[in-house]
Amino acid sequence: MSLLRTFQTGLRGIAAHRLRSILTTLGILFGVAAVIATVGIGQASTDSVNSRIASLGTNELTITGGSSVSAGVQGGAGSAATLTMADVTGLQDQVGAPDILAVAPENQTSSTIVNGSLNSTSTVQGSTAGWLTANSRSLSEGTFFTSSNVTKHSLVVVLGATTASTLGATVGSQVDIANTPFTVIGILTSTGSSGFTNQDDLAVIPISTDQDLLAGQGKVQRIVIASTSTTTIGSAYNEADQLLLQTHHITNPASADFTIVSQSSFLSTAQSVTATLTLLLASIAAISLLVGGIGVMNIMLVTVTERTGEIGLRKALGATPRDIRRQFLIEASTLSVVGGMMGVITAFVVGIVVPRVTTIGVDIRPAPVIVAVAVAAGVGLIFGVYPATRAAKLTPITALRSQ
Amino acid sequence: MAGALVDIRDVSKVYGMGDVAVHALDKVSLTIEAGEFVAVMGPSGSGKSTLMHILGCLDVPTSGQYLFAGERVETMGEAQLADLRNRRIGFVFQQFQLLNSLPAWRNVELPLLYRTATDRRAMAVDVLGRVGLGDRVEHRPTELSGGQQQRVAIARALVTNPDMVLADEPTGNLDSASSREILEMLVELHASGRTVILITHDPSVAAVASRQCVMRDGHLYEAVAA
Repeated sequence: MSLLRTFQTGLRGIAAHRLRSILTTLGILFGVAAVIATVGIGQASTDSVNSRIASLGTNELTITGGSSVSAGVQGGAGSAATLTMADVTGLQDQVGAPDILAVAPENQTSSTIVNGSLNSTSTVQGSTAGWLTANSRSLSEGTFFTSSNVTKHSLVVVLGATTASTLGATVGSQVDIANTPFTVIGILTSTGSSGFTNQDDLAVIPISTDQDLLAGQGKVQRIVIASTSTTTIGSAYNEADQLLLQTHHITNPASADFTIVSQSSFLSTAQSVTATLTLLLASIAAISLLVGGIGVMNIMLVTVTERTGEIGLRKALGATPRDIRRQFLIEASTLSVVGGMMGVITAFVVGIVVPRVTTIGVDIRPAPVIVAVAVAAGVGLIFGVYPATRAAKLTPITALRSQ
Repeated sequence: MAGALVDIRDVSKVYGMGDVAVHALDKVSLTIEAGEFVAVMGPSGSGKSTLMHILGCLDVPTSGQYLFAGERVETMGEAQLADLRNRRIGFVFQQFQLLNSLPAWRNVELPLLYRTATDRRAMAVDVLGRVGLGDRVEHRPTELSGGQQQRVAIARALVTNPDMVLADEPTGNLDSASSREILEMLVELHASGRTVILITHDPSVAAVASRQCVMRDGHLYEAVAA
C-alpha cells in the first residue's frame, strides 16, 4: 500500500472518531502550549532582569571589608573594619590603577531625616566627592559637595529624588539628620530603577561628617569603584585587588581581608537564577507533554482494541502487517502533530493576551516552538509504536472472530 | 492433478499443546478444480471453520501440504499470505464485515487499496452495479438492509477479480428471501466460470452447490451425489 493511501486511510480513521481524536489532541495541545509559554515567560523575565541590572551600572565594583571572627562566629562581610580612608586615597592613584575612573567610600546607615513636620526614614550615605561618578549618578538640581566640604566636616546634604519629595525639601532647605541641621545643596536625578535597594530614597553627606555623627571615627564600610568603561572592568578589578593586597601586606590572596564584587557578578547570579526557574517550569511543562503522549498511547490502544474487527478484515483483504502498523502510526503521529500545531497557536495567543492583562511578559522565540513541535511529533510516534505493533500482530482469524 | 486450483494433502491443524491439544483438522485431503462450486457442510465444532481459514489462506496448517494454484501456501509468511489473499481470493462473511464509517463504494474499494490500482472508484461502482446496488453507491452500511449489505460484501469480494470466492455462512444472518437472492448470486458466479466454496451448516443451502463435502470431528467426507 502506498504511503499516500496509508495516509488517507489513517486520516479517515481519525475523522471517524472525531470527539475522541479532539480529546486526544487536547493533551498534546496543552503540553506544547505550556512548554512554549513557560519558556517564553522565562525568556521575558531574563531580559527584564538583565536590563534592570544593566541600568544599575555594569562598570561598578564594590569592595567590602573582610568578615570578622568573634567568639567563633563568622560575622557578615564588612563587619570587620579592614578598609580605611588610606585605601580610598590609594585606589585613586592614576599610575598604579589607570583603569579606575572614580573611587568613593560609602558608610551606610538608616536614619530619620526631619524637615519641619515632615520626616523620612532613609538611607544616609557618607562619602566623598567621587560618589557621583563612582555610582554613575547625576544631579537634577544644585551641586554635589566637594573635597573641601569633606575636609571641613561640612553640614551639607544631597538628597535622592524620592527623599526630597517626601520631605518637601529643595536646594537651600534645612533638614535635620541625627538632630543636626544640614543644608540641602543638591537633588539627585531619579534612576527609575529600584534594584536591590531604592536608589532614590537616600541622602549623601560628606564621610567626615558621617563618621562624626553616625558611623563612628575612621569607619569605611565599603568602597565603590567605577572603571573607565565596561570593557576595562576586569583590569580595574585586578588593579584594585593588587593595590589592596599590597597596602594590607597580604601575600596569599586566599586570605584577603576584603572582597571585590562587580555588578556583572550580580548579573550572572540573576541570570542563573532565572535560567534555573525557566528550566524548572519548562520541565514541568515537558512532563505535561509526556502525559499528553501517554494519552495518545492510551487512546491508540483503545482504538486498536475497538477496531480489532476492522484490522482483521483489512488483513483478510490483503493488508500486510506493515500496512496496518503504518496506518496506526500515521493516526497517532497525525493526532500529535495536529495537537502540537494547535498548541503553538494557543501559545501565541497566550503570548499576546497575558502581557496585556498582567505584568508578566512573554517572549516567544522560534527555537522552543520548533523543539516543542518536534518533540510532540516524536512523542506521538514513540507512543504510537506499541499500539501499532499490537495491531499489526493480530492474526486475521482472531481479529475477524471478535465481531 | 497439477492443474487443480486447491490441492490440500494430509493437512492437520492442532490448537494448544500436550493434553489440551485439539485436532481441529486431522489429515484432511481435498482437491478442487478451477470452476467448481463446492459446499462444505458440518455442525459447529466439526472443523469446517478451521478448514475455511486454511483454504482462505488466513491461517497455515500445522502439518501437511497446501498448493493453491501451484503456490506452496504452508511455507508462506504473513506478508506473502496477505498478498496471495489479495490477488486470488474473495471473502464473503456471515457478519458481512463492512466498515460502517465508510460508504458502500469505499467498502468495495478496500481490497484495491492493498494493490496497485488506478480508477478504484470506477471499478467499485461498476461492481456495485453488477450486484444491483448501482443506486446505493454513497449509502453507508447502516442505511442498507441485511441482503443489500451482503451484496456490498459480494461486490467487495469480486472487485479484485479473484480466482476463488470463499463464502462463510453467507446467509446465516439473512431472512429467507434475502438468502435466496444471495445464493442465486453465488450460483450465477459459478455459472460465469468462477470457483466458489460455500461453507454452511445448512444442507438446504449446501444443495445449491454442484459438489458437497461434510466435515465431522476433524475429518472430511465426500458426500455421494444424490
